[in-house]
Amino acid sequence: MPLINYHMSIDLKTVKHISKLSRISIDDQKAKKLEKDLNAIFKWIEQLNQLNTDKVEPLTSIAETTLRFRKDQIESKNIREDILKNSPKDNKDYFVVPKVVE
Amino acid sequence: MTNLIDLTLSDLVKKIKSKEISSKEITSVYIERSNKSKKLNTYVEQTFDEAIKNSEKFDNNPNFNKKLSGIPLAVKDLFCTKNVKTTAGSKILENFVPTYEATVTQNLWNEGAILLGKLNCDEFAMGSSNETSYFGNVISPIDDNLVPGGSSGGSASALAAKLTPATIGTDTGGSIRQPASFTGTVGLKPTYGSCSRYGIVAFASSLDQAGPMTRDVKDCALMLEVISSFDPKDSTSINFKRPNYFSDLNKNIKGKKIGIPKEYRVDGMPTEIENLWEKGKTYLKDCGAEIIDISLPHTNYALPAYYIVAPAEASSNLARYDGVKYGFRADGENLIDMYEKTRSLGFGDEVKRRIMIGTYVLSSGYYDAYYLKAQKVRKLIKNDFDKVFNKVDAILTPSTPSSAFKIGDKTNDPVSMYLNDIFTVPVNLAGLPGISIPAGLDKNNYPLGLQIIGKPFDEQVILDIAFSMEEKINFKLKTNDWWIK
Repeated sequence: MPLINYHMSIDLKTVKHISKLSRISIDDQKAKKLEKDLNAIFKWIEQLNQLNTDKVEPLTSIAETTLRFRKDQIESKNIREDILKNSPKDNKDYFVVPKVVE
Repeated sequence: MTNLIDLTLSDLVKKIKSKEISSKEITSVYIERSNKSKKLNTYVEQTFDEAIKNSEKFDNNPNFNKKLSGIPLAVKDLFCTKNVKTTAGSKILENFVPTYEATVTQNLWNEGAILLGKLNCDEFAMGSSNETSYFGNVISPIDDNLVPGGSSGGSASALAAKLTPATIGTDTGGSIRQPASFTGTVGLKPTYGSCSRYGIVAFASSLDQAGPMTRDVKDCALMLEVISSFDPKDSTSINFKRPNYFSDLNKNIKGKKIGIPKEYRVDGMPTEIENLWEKGKTYLKDCGAEIIDISLPHTNYALPAYYIVAPAEASSNLARYDGVKYGFRADGENLIDMYEKTRSLGFGDEVKRRIMIGTYVLSSGYYDAYYLKAQKVRKLIKNDFDKVFNKVDAILTPSTPSSAFKIGDKTNDPVSMYLNDIFTVPVNLAGLPGISIPAGLDKNNYPLGLQIIGKPFDEQVILDIAFSMEEKINFKLKTNDWWIK
């Protein structure tokens, strides 16, 4: 048997947990399909474990420069209308959402 | 006289400037042809009436001192265009009309170009075949039922079918170079930080770059010169002196050292691609370049690392689609229910899959095993390139491990779809510039491309190499307009 560095598989319960975290509702049929897909993908991803990276610094950004400073001033003014323009529920003053506080 | 439609972008600019043709004339030609080419499903949004008006406006008061004076252009629907619907190929943005303009498209309009419309793409640029778009598959003009590649599939198809003289796409893991390769066109992914990401619908922010897709290398240099700029609105935009890629373009590559990475000779690669690669080496030698065998030992790990990094960033970037401020909203019993239904109905399967991969690898207890691991592997991949670039000026590889495939061939096997980007993904992970140029045909007469990878900010070097090779290769794209008849 070849050595497979496959330390865990993703079960249906985990798929449902991830979907909850992702704020994407899925039905049982979709969850089963995702279980299969995700396991295939992660099995393939696990080949990274063949590499010893103990002494490697993670690469967080390719542009290894420090972020620029800018003046703390408002550049966009009077854009309330612009911001609300694509709101899915009509209201000229606010974003409307389902009731949050009982 | 050649057909107007057959003129390259740079020739078209010349003809407009010498007043041989008007902007309205050429705009009308492209609109007429686009209207006859609906079968390819390249456009998501057409702005033809507005384009005609703008071309008239140009002709009435022409400014010939611009780089793209009066040129009609369609662009990938991932660029926010002010007052023009921008969908990113997703239902969740089906009715989204930006109130601002992406910097790269603004650069096009500032140089006199005119918007023709928005081109189909994989949903949120996640795909390699343009099969994940909410607005349907794009057909390649190369053959019926053939994918144009992705994610900039609509751009590649429209360009190869001559529905636009040139276009721009975005490339996160190969989304410009792979479709360019599949459609016999030229596509360049610039160095990370050269082209502003402001106003581009975000996929994976540490990898995304906009870039030109064109009929030849000259046009590619011209488009890059226009879109590349420093932009304070993008925190990772880099302020460097940008060359005049177009006017500086030349075929003198004598003495340039070109690396051939042995790891790119993968199992199962068709002999045609192997042969093209060999031919490419010969052409380069003929141009006076020196060929050097090199090794990029971590190449095989690039794709799995990418499929942690990119979904992780995507899951974070796509958290903004919650049905509250813009985009599609599904009704729900309460706020959480509204979020969950909106995202479930608004996103397609591939996008959901990637959000879930990303959420998983970033979740508590798995972060170190996956995300941190992938970032470390990314470092090893970058180190590989840094090391070889001490010895060589550029690297020559195939663009893709195969030619274009049929619609539906790979949709049920995500991993086999992901493997398409095996030669392009390492370039994004290392933030390097890469260009794909058409190099020949396979046994089905489907185009194949070669990729030239450069050092950071060495776009001019890879353009010059591509320019020299293009002349030797002498590739002519033939499509016989089968979709119009």
